[in-house]
Amino acid sequence: MSHIKIELRKEDVDFIKGVCTSFNNDPQELINVLHSCQEHFGYLPAEIQEVVSEGLNVPVAKIYGVVTFYSFFTMTPRGLHPISICLGTACYVRGAEKVLDEFKKELGIQVGESTKDNKFSLSSLRCVGACGLAPVVLVGDKTYGRVAPDDVKNILREYE
Amino acid sequence: MSKYSMHLLVCGGTGCHAAESDAIVCNLRDELEAKGLNETVQVILTGCFGFCEKGPIVKVMPDNTFYVQVKPEDAQTIVEEHIIKGRKVTSLLYRDPKTKEPVADSKHMGFFKKQMRIALRNCGFINPENIDEYIARDGYAALGKVLSEMTPDEVIKLVKDSGQRGRGGAGFSTGLKWELARRNVSDEKYVVCNADEGDPGAFMDRSVLEGDPHSILEAMAICGYSIGASNGLIYIRAEYPLAIQRLKTAIKQAKEYGLLGNDIFGTGFNFDITLKYGAGAFVCGEETALIHSMEGLRGEPTLKPPFPAESGYRGKPTNVNNVETYASIPAIILKGAAWFSSIGTEKSKGTKVFALAGKINNVGLIEVPMGTTLREVIFEIGGGIRNGKKFKGVQTGGPSGGCLTEKHLDTPIDFDNLIAAGSMMGSGAMIVLDEDDCMVSMAKYFLEFTVEESCGKCAPCRIGNKRLHELLGQICEGKGVLSDLDRLKNMSLVIKDTALCGLGQTSPNPVLSMLDNFRDEFIAHITHKKCPAGQCRSLLEYIVNAENCVGCTACARVCPVNAISGMRKEIHKIDSAICIKCGACMEKCKFDAIYIS
Amino acid sequence: METIKLTIDNKEIDVPKGTTIQKAARELGIEIPTLCYMELHDLGIENKPAGCRICVAEVQGRRNLAPTCSTNCENGMVVKTHTPRVLNARRTVMEFILSDHPKDCLICPKSGDCELQTMAHRLGIRDIPGQEFAATSTYRKDTSPSIIRDLDKCILCRRCEMMCNDVQTVGALSAINRGFMATVAPAFEQNLEHSTCTYCGQCVAVCPTGALTEVNHVPSVLRALADPTKTVVVQTAPAVRVALGEEFGLAPGTIVTGKMTAALRALGFDYVFDTDFAADLTILEEGTELLDRLSRHLNGDTTARIPILTSCCPGWVNFFEKYFPDLKDVPSTAKSPQQMFGAIAKSYFAEKIGVNRKDMVVVSIMPCLAKKYECQREEFSVDGNPDVDYSISTRELAAFIKQANIDIKTLHDEDFDSPLGESTGASVIFGTTGGVIEAACRTAYEVYTGKKLERLDFTELRGMEGVRSATIDFNGLPVNIGIAHGLGNARKLLDDVRSGTSQFHAIEVMACPGGCIGGGGQPLHHGNSDVIRARAAALYAEDRSKPLRKSHENPFIVKLYEEFLEKPNSEKAHHLLHTHYFDKQKKIIIKH
Repeated sequence: MSHIKIELRKEDVDFIKGVCTSFNNDPQELINVLHSCQEHFGYLPAEIQEVVSEGLNVPVAKIYGVVTFYSFFTMTPRGLHPISICLGTACYVRGAEKVLDEFKKELGIQVGESTKDNKFSLSSLRCVGACGLAPVVLVGDKTYGRVAPDDVKNILREYE
Repeated sequence: MSKYSMHLLVCGGTGCHAAESDAIVCNLRDELEAKGLNETVQVILTGCFGFCEKGPIVKVMPDNTFYVQVKPEDAQTIVEEHIIKGRKVTSLLYRDPKTKEPVADSKHMGFFKKQMRIALRNCGFINPENIDEYIARDGYAALGKVLSEMTPDEVIKLVKDSGQRGRGGAGFSTGLKWELARRNVSDEKYVVCNADEGDPGAFMDRSVLEGDPHSILEAMAICGYSIGASNGLIYIRAEYPLAIQRLKTAIKQAKEYGLLGNDIFGTGFNFDITLKYGAGAFVCGEETALIHSMEGLRGEPTLKPPFPAESGYRGKPTNVNNVETYASIPAIILKGAAWFSSIGTEKSKGTKVFALAGKINNVGLIEVPMGTTLREVIFEIGGGIRNGKKFKGVQTGGPSGGCLTEKHLDTPIDFDNLIAAGSMMGSGAMIVLDEDDCMVSMAKYFLEFTVEESCGKCAPCRIGNKRLHELLGQICEGKGVLSDLDRLKNMSLVIKDTALCGLGQTSPNPVLSMLDNFRDEFIAHITHKKCPAGQCRSLLEYIVNAENCVGCTACARVCPVNAISGMRKEIHKIDSAICIKCGACMEKCKFDAIYIS
Repeated sequence: METIKLTIDNKEIDVPKGTTIQKAARELGIEIPTLCYMELHDLGIENKPAGCRICVAEVQGRRNLAPTCSTNCENGMVVKTHTPRVLNARRTVMEFILSDHPKDCLICPKSGDCELQTMAHRLGIRDIPGQEFAATSTYRKDTSPSIIRDLDKCILCRRCEMMCNDVQTVGALSAINRGFMATVAPAFEQNLEHSTCTYCGQCVAVCPTGALTEVNHVPSVLRALADPTKTVVVQTAPAVRVALGEEFGLAPGTIVTGKMTAALRALGFDYVFDTDFAADLTILEEGTELLDRLSRHLNGDTTARIPILTSCCPGWVNFFEKYFPDLKDVPSTAKSPQQMFGAIAKSYFAEKIGVNRKDMVVVSIMPCLAKKYECQREEFSVDGNPDVDYSISTRELAAFIKQANIDIKTLHDEDFDSPLGESTGASVIFGTTGGVIEAACRTAYEVYTGKKLERLDFTELRGMEGVRSATIDFNGLPVNIGIAHGLGNARKLLDDVRSGTSQFHAIEVMACPGGCIGGGGQPLHHGNSDVIRARAAALYAEDRSKPLRKSHENPFIVKLYEEFLEKPNSEKAHHLLHTHYFDKQKKIIIKH
């Protein structure tokens, strides 16, 4: 059996260790630490989890257990323009699923995937609290309301 | 608000925010500055007004003019017409759906008439990022009263006497909960606010946090004093960035004013609040799961007892209430238990906030006295069904609730009546469904949610719900048999009877209530292989309209399974036994010659 | 203590406050079925996630059925355990569980000893409705040197996770994913081999289904036995002889040493030897090292590290190499008995019978799964030829015997072969917690004091508490002994060693709760700690029955030193019987 080698740049390791320290290296702050790391790196690959494991003294298996439990955490980088379609009930009854299908078709990817050029990634979420605008689509920080399947092409064109 | 003679309140709730309310604020400010009015008219970004359907909303004070569906480019008109010339901009006013007459004052709109705002009392009236505005509306007066005039036991008695029940779902008495936490002796206790709203279609907590964050801080401090805790934690969804930012601002301001921190009001009472972020797990709304999540663990529920009041966060006595529950507390303290308990029904006191959405004219956030009927909510406040369609049902309690129908329209809404009707209050989502909604598909939709959100710890929820979802899928595809209905029912009852936590125990509710209320629709899917609402794709039939078909063969060429036959210039035919219902033919046809039966 | 009065199935019972319904029912002779719950009472181990929901019962006045494993009795409670509602719920939940479980019972390694299979049988499940449409949760299989993970068979009882984290503090396993795809796995679903697993095998020992099983080496052994060019030598660990009988329906704690020997001979092994012989050898090597370090320490030599830690348990060695590499010079350098045996068999004994080591195959029968990994360690081989070729567990041996049509119950007792089959009582008790250090004390006392030890039974070192300590009087020199079984308990003692606060001169550690008798390769205890206790009692009985009970009195050990090794800790002994440890801690490497 050999060492498990984790390769990270020094500044990345320092950043993660710094986050852990800022939460007093308290294992109970794991989720807040993961939030900070994901905000900084965009995702939580194995290497980052290993460093958090060392920083908080939590077995890395447990950290992976937490990362895979919560839908907010991801181990794959999101696209440059992450697209989220709200599938909350209000959006659903107003046709969000058809909008989602249209995005899948246009981008040629499934939920949870990114386009080959990593420009777009597709995810679904449950209720962003903008039910008045249902169905709602988020691209990055921008919200699109009352989206119909026909609007999908135009929305994507904005990011060409 | 003294310096200014006029205020423009712009809704900064998520819905309006998404619809460019920031740009409206910007443009209004620019306009005012250009006209030299920036010293006399103030533009304030507020929390949610509730009337999301008509957002973004701009309200002019003091004359109470309520502009709806405002666009950034309307800023100039509002300033020039209303502010300078004193003329209301009629084109931006709400129009009564019946009389078509413009209505300027929100008090006269059907949407607001029947509402009574306690939890939402400040939403849309104050700038949530300015503590002075909260204080100006009696903010922190309840905390002052409690700390200077009341013993903890008196506070608990008052809350108990008010009859308030937790607004998070189960409806447990707030006062009793506090009493249990107080009774357990410990060196440290915790006050937790559950702001992990995850019900698809519910956004009341979010709106309170965004519109009136201080009310939560104040209530938590009151709770802390009552149970003997000096630490508060708000467990909030990370997907609520605006609410998080406003809470952070509010906590900072409250600390600066000495309303949080050490020695509050010089009484020696210390109370601090920190934020803990959720990370997208519906089950974390369950209090034991929430506590585990705050402890950095997987949000899996554990069996109660022990209740959090005995052993909660870090093993210490912990009181968990949700946002809406806390939001009413300061009002209850100031106005008294008798006032609160005079509102509502015998066993459900006060008001309840609902997020009204779906096939309804007035989507939005409403607060009504307990006991208001569904009819009043849907047809008066909600303005009835969109596009003149027929009302079919209303799902209350989200994925944990049930679907109420025509026959329940005159039932007064309260905790017990909803349970008796086969649904539940839940967090307060109300999704209105019309004749186009397939109830088998709706049941399947809710089960899909539960399957995705099940933590997986107990077998009935982990596997049972998956099986329910699969079986509903079979029925939607026309592959069901009549005995499936008994199986659905048995599985549902067993899951309810055996699942570990509230999520699992309530997850089959949509199935049971759909089966009870719309059995015919299930039978239509199974026996007649028809979806009466025309939603289930597999049960649709694509038919060529002989009158329109010119025999261009375009449809036949695009059909991926060669289900369409017909010679050039002859009427085509679709073999429904081969057809996979992909819809490509209909999309391709330029002559509207293909329709769905 | 407060007493609670309740009624279960119309029978009244008084129980102490805090008793669960399930335990109260058991007092009444009502055995409520359960899948996830497991308790090893004497070892203080309990798994109570209340997740399987099989043990539910009706409690009057409650809306839902109550999981009896984790619902405490209350005064006046009226419980019904077999109403139509309960039975229907139990059956339906069982159908749910089975609907997401492979139906390959016939060829499953756990068949016949599977708790899920037993439950399906007990509940009389004959059909799984809707199975044709049911999706199943499937995962990648993983084979490590010791353990096979087949998570398609996981029912999420969480016992393995509890063992790995709460008891062993290894933390290699965790629940992962959510909902239907939730299961238990190492980080990133990587192979166990790349995780922090120590191969202690406690996850396998508690798994109710075929999700976690041992790597089967019987086919390799069979091939070696069939190869006429090979001389096949077998050694059996002390804990095997008191557990093997269970696989043949004998009561736990039945000593089957003679029958086992006969069976091994019947299987075709050329030489049937005893690991106990090597255990005696271990005592001489480790005991000498202890006395050497202790006297140097007492004479003020600061380079002599005290305490000395035992090193005969390979799970434990893996543990400190991964978690306490900074202390790797603290444990004794003595190899484990399995490896000492292999080294001697393939040198001294091979020479004696004139067989090239390459033509000799050494097989060990072990209560342990970490031994499978240990014998594959590079440092335990000569030019690529391992000292021990194959290590098979007690369970594998039982299966092998059955396959060979041998009825162990009718076999006549036979003796081990000479010379590597001779042993003393001291070596027998190696198989239980406290046994190694007791054996060491018997020898070290006499060597150190030069006096005869009057009282051989150091009862103060025995027992099942997780951490124990005792001070043994070496004729005026008080020697502080620490004992830990279960790696979580070992961690506590190691933390003290690391911080310099440990008061012990010598510490015995065994990775498995109870010691080797509770090893990961033993017949399954199914949550009954009486089984482990009975095995311990049997080992002490076997010790008492031996004419010689001190390792240094083993005449064949004496002869081995005379003929071959010269004296304990000699250069030759060091070369063959001692090892060194590695830093296997996970390292974060900075990329430049």
